[in-house]
Amino acid sequence: MPTMLEVTGLGHRYRSKDGEHIALDGLSFDVNAGELVCIVGPSGCGKSTLLRSISGLIRPTSGQVRLHGDVVDGVPSDLAVVFQDYSRSLFPWLSVQRNVEFPLKKSLDKAERRERARQALEQVGLAGAAGKYPWQLSGGMQQRVAIARALAYRPALLLMDEPFASVDAQTRFDLEDLLLRVRREYDTTILLVTHDIDESVYLGDRVVVLSKSPARVVRTLDVDLPAQRDQITTRESEAFVALRSEVARLLHGQPAGDAPTGNGRPSAGRAPAKGKTGTASSAGSTAASSAGSSSGSSEKAASAKAQPSRNGQAANRNRGKGNGAKSRRRGRARR
Amino acid sequence: MRRTVRGLVGLVGFLAVGEVVGRSGIAPPGYLPPSSLVLTRLVELLATRSFVLDLIATVLAWAIALGIAIAVAVPAGLLLGTVPALRHCARSVIEFLRPIPSVALIPLAIMVFGIGPDTKIFLAVYAAVWPILFNTIYAMDEVDPQLVDTARSFGLGRWPVLTRVSLPSAAPFVATGIRLSASVALVVVVSVEFLAGGSGGLGRFVLESSSGSGRMDLVFAGIAVAGIVGYLVNAGLEWAQRKAFVWSAATGEAS
Repeated sequence: MPTMLEVTGLGHRYRSKDGEHIALDGLSFDVNAGELVCIVGPSGCGKSTLLRSISGLIRPTSGQVRLHGDVVDGVPSDLAVVFQDYSRSLFPWLSVQRNVEFPLKKSLDKAERRERARQALEQVGLAGAAGKYPWQLSGGMQQRVAIARALAYRPALLLMDEPFASVDAQTRFDLEDLLLRVRREYDTTILLVTHDIDESVYLGDRVVVLSKSPARVVRTLDVDLPAQRDQITTRESEAFVALRSEVARLLHGQPAGDAPTGNGRPSAGRAPAKGKTGTASSAGSTAASSAGSSSGSSEKAASAKAQPSRNGQAANRNRGKGNGAKSRRRGRARR
Repeated sequence: MRRTVRGLVGLVGFLAVGEVVGRSGIAPPGYLPPSSLVLTRLVELLATRSFVLDLIATVLAWAIALGIAIAVAVPAGLLLGTVPALRHCARSVIEFLRPIPSVALIPLAIMVFGIGPDTKIFLAVYAAVWPILFNTIYAMDEVDPQLVDTARSFGLGRWPVLTRVSLPSAAPFVATGIRLSASVALVVVVSVEFLAGGSGGLGRFVLESSSGSGRMDLVFAGIAVAGIVGYLVNAGLEWAQRKAFVWSAATGEAS
């Protein structure tokens, strides 16, 4: 399989008033064409910085990113990003249809744009909402619009920055399955960043585990689950449980204290019996987020909020609207 | 509907107080004419050719001034809002010019423009530029960085990002600035007419009614007309703003 994305020795440092902060410390990994690779790491470990470097939005201070062989220097023309905070990435003054057409304006004429957008919206099950405005839709629907917009653009590489972290648990499952489906239909290469261990294993062909800040690649794991995944049977399979436990241990840098296996890493065959409590993902993550205020602080606030795991507690949080967006839009009369 | 009714109740109450005070004899006769008399004069005036010409002179000067202020302040605000270095350089000058009351510039304006309508237009522009300028600068500051990132990630350059993302998202703020400036410009136009006389308009009508003949009923009728024009201007712009920026109101109210 040809390599779509090569990340070599990628490093990023911020200069802030209390010295230098290292966000990324020499990351290297590849993504092959047609693959879905998940990057999982603790909150605040520099995942967003990583995606922004890969997408060319910021320039890394060391190392290199290559997209189908070409060094990324500025934003590549065949790349799309889906951000976590859908309410701040859809344009509120444009209808759903026009949001999806937005990136196509340069390359396609009106009829083609319309047709592409219609197809993409149909793919994500929003054919009927084309004339609505983003703020008239629920959070999950808004994120589907963002996904449709990225698909309509037909990127060689689709980057997703915690795309499902701001929706409720049920919507999240739906969107995960939607992503797996459209990915096959569009044959897209996807690099998805998440802090959620289960999600990384459920969605990925491979999982790249990052360390706490400054981010390094701890290990890359192959996910040998059947291509056809199912929210219930896949998640209860032994292979899934074993993999998520391994990712959890790698994330914490040592065997977890309460893990039923006791000694060292489990082999893929021997699964911890009660491995599905979601606590592992939220444990050591807050410590890292105090560092580096210059990186995307809103991302931190948002992901900290979204942290309580999907296993129940935090269902209907921030429906419809994303987190920080409203406060910025208030108070518009000023002298 | 309920709000309209309450608004009318307030207005009627205000007129009633004016009527009672006018007839009570608290003030010397002729100083505070009762509401009914002022309203009668107002209707008569609106049928008087010379007064209508004055009214047109004022409204025309106001419209021209507001148009010029928009044409100057919006591009300047966009520029200062997008180039921080330029904004820092301009700040001290702006902060010096802004607090100067336009009426203090009347002598200067008369020297430069004479006593024609140019003077009042110039001074109204001077006063109206600031709210638009400041709102535009702040609006550019308030553009959500993630909207910009989204557009950039789809390969849009600086100019398309400005026209397709920053401008539309700043538009509601700019419109608020324009609405504030519209009121300011009207006040300045009428004030300059009153203080500098010369080129006709509501202000000069009020000046002549008071200084020559002491006709306070006509003075109040003229003032009422100025107030009505101001109200209509503000209400009209507010309505247009609501129509044009449904999305902004919707995203703001939902919190």
